[in-house]
Amino acid sequence: MNKYKTELMVGIFVVLTVAALLLLALKVANQTMSNEGESYTLYAKFDNIGSLKTRSAVKLGGVTIGRVESINLDKDDFTPVVELSILEKYTGFPETSSVSILTSGLLGEQYVGFQPGFSFDGVAELKDGDYLQDTKSALVLEDLIGQFLFNRGGDEN
Amino acid sequence: MNSIAAIGASTLSRLAAVGRAGLMLFGALLAVPRLKNVPLTVKQLYVVGVQSLLIIMVSGLFIGMVMALQGYTILIDYGAEASLGPMVALSLLRELGPVVTALLFAGRAGSALTAEIGLMKATEQLSSLEMMAVDPLRRIVAPRFWAGMIAMPMLALIFSAIGILGGHMVGVDWLGVDAGSYWSVMQSTVEWDKDVVNGIIKSLVFALVVTWIAIFKGYDSVPTSEGISKATTQTVVFSSLAVLGLDFVLTALMFGIE
Repeated sequence: MNKYKTELMVGIFVVLTVAALLLLALKVANQTMSNEGESYTLYAKFDNIGSLKTRSAVKLGGVTIGRVESINLDKDDFTPVVELSILEKYTGFPETSSVSILTSGLLGEQYVGFQPGFSFDGVAELKDGDYLQDTKSALVLEDLIGQFLFNRGGDEN
Repeated sequence: MNSIAAIGASTLSRLAAVGRAGLMLFGALLAVPRLKNVPLTVKQLYVVGVQSLLIIMVSGLFIGMVMALQGYTILIDYGAEASLGPMVALSLLRELGPVVTALLFAGRAGSALTAEIGLMKATEQLSSLEMMAVDPLRRIVAPRFWAGMIAMPMLALIFSAIGILGGHMVGVDWLGVDAGSYWSVMQSTVEWDKDVVNGIIKSLVFALVVTWIAIFKGYDSVPTSEGISKATTQTVVFSSLAVLGLDFVLTALMFGIE
């Protein structure tokens, strides 16, 4: 085995590794997501966020317009505050817009659904750092069953 | 009385072996690195890395394919075959990539390292080097150690990447999972720093353990043909057990606590 051939094979080995790393970075872990463009931040307070996670999608009519940046608890009234980072190219939503926590499919991941509100005179646009006032919490199955049983009990009496 | 003394003697000899292993590693690592040792390391990179490439790639391909096949038959019952991508990717990146690579590496390259260094010792090549004022730790041990440390994470990355492509081949091309959902659900689930980087850290730890055991078993072997065969067996057994045990500890540290 001469020296040149050894070095050539090690070089091929290194190139293969770099290719594998690129595949894992770009195609599997999707590191390019942050390069999608500038984004701005909106906040929303929910009563219950269900199993929403950071990096969950924010969707408007099925189009992903942003991601959940972080989830914290408000120290004053103990309600979850979700920080949404919305892409800069989707801008100009009226202040009356609402967000709700929805589930994709029967067992799927939870995401934030964004409904733009009506804009008329006197309604400002949402800006960086604004709070969304109109929020609908995640559906919790146990609450739903509890409500159903409670209503059934009420009917019989 | 004698049996108790035997327990003491075996404990002492084991501790002494651990001490010798530590001294060997530090001797090899703390020796001043020299530029002329780089070609030696490249040569070893060829022996332990490139020559392990075929078995790693074939195993990765088939493990990815089998996982896609098994995962599909279970996930299709729940209509959740879109989760096939993250299932294959996460299990390869977090567990199977580093662990199976380390096991194969111990069998393919570790045993060869032990036998090579053991035979060098048996034929007194190591002593001859010392006679010529060449430090065998620096000339023989250090290049092999660094080659193992560099090669194993590279092999693990190739293993995971090929496995994911194999899963794509079976899941998407043969069984008809939607290609878009295979990749997009994978992308939204796999996190770069949490999954990929932790997998690389895991395989670095395994590389240290497997290469260290392999080199030390050869360096410390009884210089007879029987001693070398025993050392080679012990390399494979010990490093496999160490990898599997350490994997649990590392997984608990990395992924156990949210």
